[in-house]
Amino acid sequence: MDYTPRELMVVCAARQIRDGERVFVGMRLPLLAFALAKRTHAPNCIGIFETGLIRDTPARELLYTMGDAPNICGALWATSTINVIGLMAAGEIELGFIGGAEIDRYGNLNTSLIGDWQQPRVRLPGSGGGADIASLAQRLAIIMPHERHRLRERVDFVTSPGYGYPDEHGPAGVAWRQRVGLPRGGPAVLITTLAVFTFDPSSGEALLQSYHPGSSIEQVQEQTGWPLRLAPDCAETAPPTPEELRLIRECDPHGVWTS
Amino acid sequence: MSKLLSMTEAIRRYVPDGASVALGLALEPCIPFAAGHEIIRQGRRDLTLIGPISDILFDQLIGAGCVAKIQAAWVGNVSEGLGHCYRRATEQALPRPIVTEDHSNFTIGLALRAASLGAPYIPTRSLLGSDLPRKNPTFLQAPSPFDGSPLLLVPALQPDVTILHVQRSDEDGNAHLWGSLGICQEAMLAARRVIIVAEEIVSREVIISDPNRVIGPSYKVCAVVHEPWGAHPSAVQGYYDRDHQFYHEYHTRTRTPEGFQQWLDEWVLGLKTRQAYVAKLGETRCRSLGVKEHRYAAPVDYGY
Repeated sequence: MDYTPRELMVVCAARQIRDGERVFVGMRLPLLAFALAKRTHAPNCIGIFETGLIRDTPARELLYTMGDAPNICGALWATSTINVIGLMAAGEIELGFIGGAEIDRYGNLNTSLIGDWQQPRVRLPGSGGGADIASLAQRLAIIMPHERHRLRERVDFVTSPGYGYPDEHGPAGVAWRQRVGLPRGGPAVLITTLAVFTFDPSSGEALLQSYHPGSSIEQVQEQTGWPLRLAPDCAETAPPTPEELRLIRECDPHGVWTS
Repeated sequence: MSKLLSMTEAIRRYVPDGASVALGLALEPCIPFAAGHEIIRQGRRDLTLIGPISDILFDQLIGAGCVAKIQAAWVGNVSEGLGHCYRRATEQALPRPIVTEDHSNFTIGLALRAASLGAPYIPTRSLLGSDLPRKNPTFLQAPSPFDGSPLLLVPALQPDVTILHVQRSDEDGNAHLWGSLGICQEAMLAARRVIIVAEEIVSREVIISDPNRVIGPSYKVCAVVHEPWGAHPSAVQGYYDRDHQFYHEYHTRTRTPEGFQQWLDEWVLGLKTRQAYVAKLGETRCRSLGVKEHRYAAPVDYGY
């Protein structure tokens, strides 16, 4: 069955959501992933949106932004941004989704600028809630296009902290997050147009967990700016089921986010 | 006391050159585009813009040369991506250089909350390990006096004026806002002054029938502007949905400075009032964005 890379990314993202979890839903593809998870394996998950919304049902229409009118209708709670990010600061949100322009092998994300931080060559929009989600969620899922210039050995600027870097005080990974004072969390998964990475929490390094059908370890390596480490059970990504594709296309019939 | 003013007069009186202005505070909905366009028409300069995720209104004000400084979490076009004017200003100093103090959505909210409480700062563990504190020199890092753990101290931020677009208000500025609130309330409570822009002006009785829906104290409000469709192309719950196509057209047309100038001439400088803007949008477009199916809340009983 034919499907687009972004449809597979939505499926991979939805599979990260466990039933009953509280999920901080980011812009674009995660909006669809939440809707898909709700309708398949995670009917009891709860979506939290940084505009200040909590819902336990997907919106009735495709969302271009989380602030669209259909996302307010049927919400469990319409409140302030501080209240919902505050829940995450208090440790109550299991999973958060974000995207990025650049990521490195330790899961550090850049959405701020390319080049020198004092005189950037390209200015990107910035953190939004991304740095908060990366700092405060129990687990972080990252979604981005897979291109060599985006998956780099080291990002130009850390907007959203992943597992940091090894330094004179110790390794990257969970230990780095503890050193800098982050209360919990760290990247659990990186979902790209070519592959899925998980992370080794002790070293903080990305591990190739699976490569998408039609891709290969070699192709992923070619498009990745650091030498790949493979997860012990690295395999091909399970393709979307017909039911998953049907539900995604029901949510996004014109392929606004998935084409 | 009526505080009703025309948009022209409200901006003339309360948004002077050099002011710090908080706007676009509900994130994607209820962005006061009509107020921003009037700021552009009056040629304000050296403004500081304060906001969370700010959609294309910040980009327009930057492109029009009104802005000296940005204190925000995100500047761009939410459904399309980058903001071309923001890029030109930060990368090439066009039409003028701007200073950016980067925040996250949480820290900009905390900064306003701190000001609203009269607190010098609010500590958080968000952004520890991020480079954002390096890029924003107003942040400090210090150990907690209680247990020595690292903290980011977010200093209080008091806007000179906060501009809020709401569904309805009375003439005194008692205003109802519903939907997701973003950091509207924090920005209203933190500000020295507040301009309310309302889809509808209603009686005081309508407002006080539901005081829980009021966004903040009207004594802070200096002006109330009646401006239907004043938040287009953003959404106003119960009035109109977001006009995604408009954002797409803006993104496409503003790739070059010339394209932006043409867009600005067409949609801002060439239209003297919001009524002219709405007429230009046309009935068909407005109808397609308007409410198709009303969904009223059940009334609540404040009786005793």
